[in-house]
Amino acid sequence: MIERTPVLNLMTHLILGLGLAIILVPVWLAIVAATLTLQEVNTAPVELWPGDQFWPNLKEAWAQSDFGPKFVNSFIVAVGVVVGKVTLACITAFALVFFDFRGRMLIFWAIFITLMLPLEVRIVPTYAVAANALSPFQTILDATGISWLLNTLSGIEVSLEWNLLNSYTGLILPLVATATGTFLYRQFFLTIPDELVEAARMDGAGPLRFLWDVLIPLSKTNIAALATIMFVYAWNQYLWPLLVITDRANYGMVVVQLSDLVPDQLTTGGGTPTWHLAMAATLVVMLPPIAVVIFMQRWFVRGLINTDK
Amino acid sequence: MRRAHFKFSWIVPLLLAPQLLVIFTFFYWPSAQALYWAFTLEQPWGGGNTWVGFDNFRKVLSDPYYWGSVRVSVIYALATTILAMGMALTLALFVDRQLAGYRVWRIGIIWPYAVAAPAVGLAFQFVFNPGAGIFSYINTISPGWWDLSKHPWQAVTAIVIAGAWKQVSYSFIFFLAALQAIPRSLTEAAAMDGARPLRRMIDLQLPLLTPTFFFLLVINITDSFTDSFGIVDTLTGGGPFRATDLMVYKIYSDGFRGFDYSGAAAQSIILMCLVMALTFIQFRYIERRVHYT
Repeated sequence: MIERTPVLNLMTHLILGLGLAIILVPVWLAIVAATLTLQEVNTAPVELWPGDQFWPNLKEAWAQSDFGPKFVNSFIVAVGVVVGKVTLACITAFALVFFDFRGRMLIFWAIFITLMLPLEVRIVPTYAVAANALSPFQTILDATGISWLLNTLSGIEVSLEWNLLNSYTGLILPLVATATGTFLYRQFFLTIPDELVEAARMDGAGPLRFLWDVLIPLSKTNIAALATIMFVYAWNQYLWPLLVITDRANYGMVVVQLSDLVPDQLTTGGGTPTWHLAMAATLVVMLPPIAVVIFMQRWFVRGLINTDK
Repeated sequence: MRRAHFKFSWIVPLLLAPQLLVIFTFFYWPSAQALYWAFTLEQPWGGGNTWVGFDNFRKVLSDPYYWGSVRVSVIYALATTILAMGMALTLALFVDRQLAGYRVWRIGIIWPYAVAAPAVGLAFQFVFNPGAGIFSYINTISPGWWDLSKHPWQAVTAIVIAGAWKQVSYSFIFFLAALQAIPRSLTEAAAMDGARPLRRMIDLQLPLLTPTFFFLLVINITDSFTDSFGIVDTLTGGGPFRATDLMVYKIYSDGFRGFDYSGAAAQSIILMCLVMALTFIQFRYIERRVHYT
């Protein structure tokens, strides 16, 4: 379809340019601030063009926040969440779609409901569970009298304890406990033609074989999409690591570290605010997920639209 | 749902167990725990919790600070949603015209999706800073007029703008996908009837976007309740005078700084009900949305 609309085309570019400018202005100001010296960044008419201090600033901010091990931690957690989620979501959706058994819909809904309440909403009790991940089971054993029974019969006192505070497991597991990926997979598995399943069965393939040799190769795009979304989600976590990790030196994540860089009375002690360092750190922390999104753009957009999240 | 199945075997429980265990431990148990805490009160010197019925809720609901928090959360939710969706819709409509440079425009608007909320907060904290950012211009003219840490309305404006900035790309992705799902034949038929691009936007594309619009409306409002913590914590810290004390932020500060688990749990339950109500509304619209994609 060919239309000649020169005026409208010009307008389109103008509107898009304006929109993009609005999006880029704060980032541009941050970039500029990150390249100035302490003195320049605090002079009243704000500098609009970058200086040449980016590397020194970055080095100083990096050393000050001890970013090295924290970047490693962020990567471990992000990759852990990605792998955990992709695997769990895949096998759960597989069991729900390709098997017929009683209680299937019940389990489906039990998982579905977890979409409703994000971690932030139930943060206080989730934290209590993380302090002892086995406490739910302990309580159940106590309440049902099994603890008492075991104690009187064998003399063993049941006390289950698994502290997840200050550990990678504690960071990763609660982030995996949602249904996001399960639905992406389920929707995809529902589009697999019945004939394919029948053909596989006729050739004598068992369910696991079918999963490994047919479904997983077919769902590569799905995996890519889910992995991108989960990487960004895990990397950007703030409230959860803030609570679970008190031992920041060993388990701190980069995004949480940003809160220490806010130049206020607490961090500068009334001195000149170190905006140049704060902005350099912000930029470098933002970078990995942005790179992943740009690199994986095609799959990411498709995945986001299919999961509704 | 499917015609062809595998026979049920011992594999199925094994496949389902990991996910069920994880959601039981980290979703169902904590949610039940919140419910328990909301209706009980911990004894100050140990000795377990005592049942107090609706006392915790009564206390929360008669607390003027709580209503202040609800008020600013609603303002924040509505303002960020309107700003972000308005901007996302406009940009999506024009990007969808697919002129030269279409891919550059698209990626330029998508990437903020990947930026962490506290990073957004920190960047805007600099932008809005009275001493160093662009607002220092205003303060050289009339000193002290712009200061986030003194004027509540300025702090609210700042978190709204930062929040909206963060939400634009999410809505944009959905609007653009919905626009591209509109069948070409429809657009061409409209063009044959003499509808110019702008006319088609108003009479063809906008009506077809209604399901996406409602879906995003609910998602944006829900997200603004839950996703705002990082922005508030780095940008305003809930102040000044609790002016930006959003609901999740208040739950956090009551629960973990004030150690009032029962009060925080009661607030969590109220927020849970709110989010669930919004999600139920959303599911109704998802059904409608499906017909177009």
